[in-house]
Amino acid sequence: MSKPVKKFDDDPNTTGHSWDGIEEFDNPMPRWWLWTLYATIIWAIGYTILYPAWPMVNSATAGILGWSTRGDVAAEIAAVDEANAPMNAKLEAAELTAIAGDAELGSYAVSSGSAVFKTWCAQCHGSGAAGAKGYPNLLDDDWLWGGSVEEIHETVTHGIRNEDSDDARYSEMPAFGRDELLEKEEIDQVVNFVMSLSGEAQDASKVEAGAVVFEDNCSSCHMEDGTGDRSQGAPNLADALWLYGGDYAALSDTVANSRYGVMPAWNTRLTEAQIRAVSSYVHQLGGGE
Amino acid sequence: MAILDKHKILETNATLLLICSFLVVTIGGLVQIAPLFWLENTIEKVEGMRPYTPLEMAGREVYIREGCYTCHSQMIRPMRDEVERYGHYSLAAESMYDHPFQWGSKRTGPDLARVGGRYSDEWHVDHLRDPQAVVPESVMPKYGFLERKMIDGKYIGDLLAANAMLGTPYTEEMLASAQADFKVQADPDSDYDGLLERYGDKVSVRNFDGQPGVSEADALIAYLQMLGTLVDFSTFTPDANR
Repeated sequence: MSKPVKKFDDDPNTTGHSWDGIEEFDNPMPRWWLWTLYATIIWAIGYTILYPAWPMVNSATAGILGWSTRGDVAAEIAAVDEANAPMNAKLEAAELTAIAGDAELGSYAVSSGSAVFKTWCAQCHGSGAAGAKGYPNLLDDDWLWGGSVEEIHETVTHGIRNEDSDDARYSEMPAFGRDELLEKEEIDQVVNFVMSLSGEAQDASKVEAGAVVFEDNCSSCHMEDGTGDRSQGAPNLADALWLYGGDYAALSDTVANSRYGVMPAWNTRLTEAQIRAVSSYVHQLGGGE
Repeated sequence: MAILDKHKILETNATLLLICSFLVVTIGGLVQIAPLFWLENTIEKVEGMRPYTPLEMAGREVYIREGCYTCHSQMIRPMRDEVERYGHYSLAAESMYDHPFQWGSKRTGPDLARVGGRYSDEWHVDHLRDPQAVVPESVMPKYGFLERKMIDGKYIGDLLAANAMLGTPYTEEMLASAQADFKVQADPDSDYDGLLERYGDKVSVRNFDGQPGVSEADALIAYLQMLGTLVDFSTFTPDANR
């Protein structure tokens, strides 16, 4: 390390380093840069005191603010719940049928019900509630278990064919083919009869025989005219609306193997206010009675 | 300061510089990483976590093979929107038997950390066959071939053994009966008492895809229906300060 040498009078001092004769000026750092550096160091010390930071023996330091991501999300949810609490209390206290009539409560129920629907129901019933094969359309007038707001509320609360709720709606059509309750020929006849109800019989010559099979095996639930019975969840077979398809193949499959669509009991996952909201939402979609 | 003037020694000895740099990086790394191994709150104590059953493990292999993790995360972050949509935020303990974890980093589809029990098995079959049939706006490819691909669990014992080596507490008995357990879980008519004894009463034994035999769809649906359902949240109080 050689002694600093100034070549010109206005040169800054050199650092004194010399590598193969190359020297290095010792320019001071810009003040603003240096102070920014000091400020960030002080900021970092303050930050680790205020917020969770240093690992200790059993846990990390908590920070004197006591802040945590988990505490944050719990507080945020609590704040929203609290803000909604008066409306939710009103919703729970109201008569189900009176909700739609109350302008403020009705619009609250429909918009919060829409959010519930999109989170919990859309996967099966579709984001627009039009359903899919095997998952009922909620926009039309065709209801398996009834389309009044009370009936919808009951269905949402307890679900269909589940073990979560003892009050789940239950109907169990026999698998007429698989359990050998009907001959293949009889199934063929009854399918033609059922199709004739909506004017689409494939083979008109079998309709008459099918009517007898229907009378003996199906009419106790689906009624003699095939219009169904909502108290038993027996669908209307005369309206040309089909959950699992109305062509010959699909209907033969239904009669032979039956169909057991399921729906969860939402009272295990949603609050009563949420259930009432989503029932009101579904009721006003178009098919509500 | 005298010590600061000594840096010329370091700067003129490349090997010494290398060794000292390594030391500095090591200390930095230890400070950041090592505490995670002793801090008690890294993995919270929860009740209900159990090693995955052989069938669920097979389903998990299908999940990884088909790259499900590229579009689906398994990590519910502690944020209001996620908690309200998917359920309780994910806990570190819930991934403790995942080698490797399936947190993912992108959600083209929804998070699956708590998809278990949310849909019926029939829905999963319909959805794997043709996702657009149930969710018209979905961009998920069709996985109908899974239900036609039958599997016999020939190597399932090896898979469990490999996971046991990585720290999953599979017992000798679990390893020995892996293939048998694999088969009975998808067959409710079989004698599955041993499976429940080894893995707990909450294990679902069903014909997941509704068809005879064990298919890859059986395995995948068994895995999906288990996701997020193991931890008993009735006995768990989250420690906010983590």
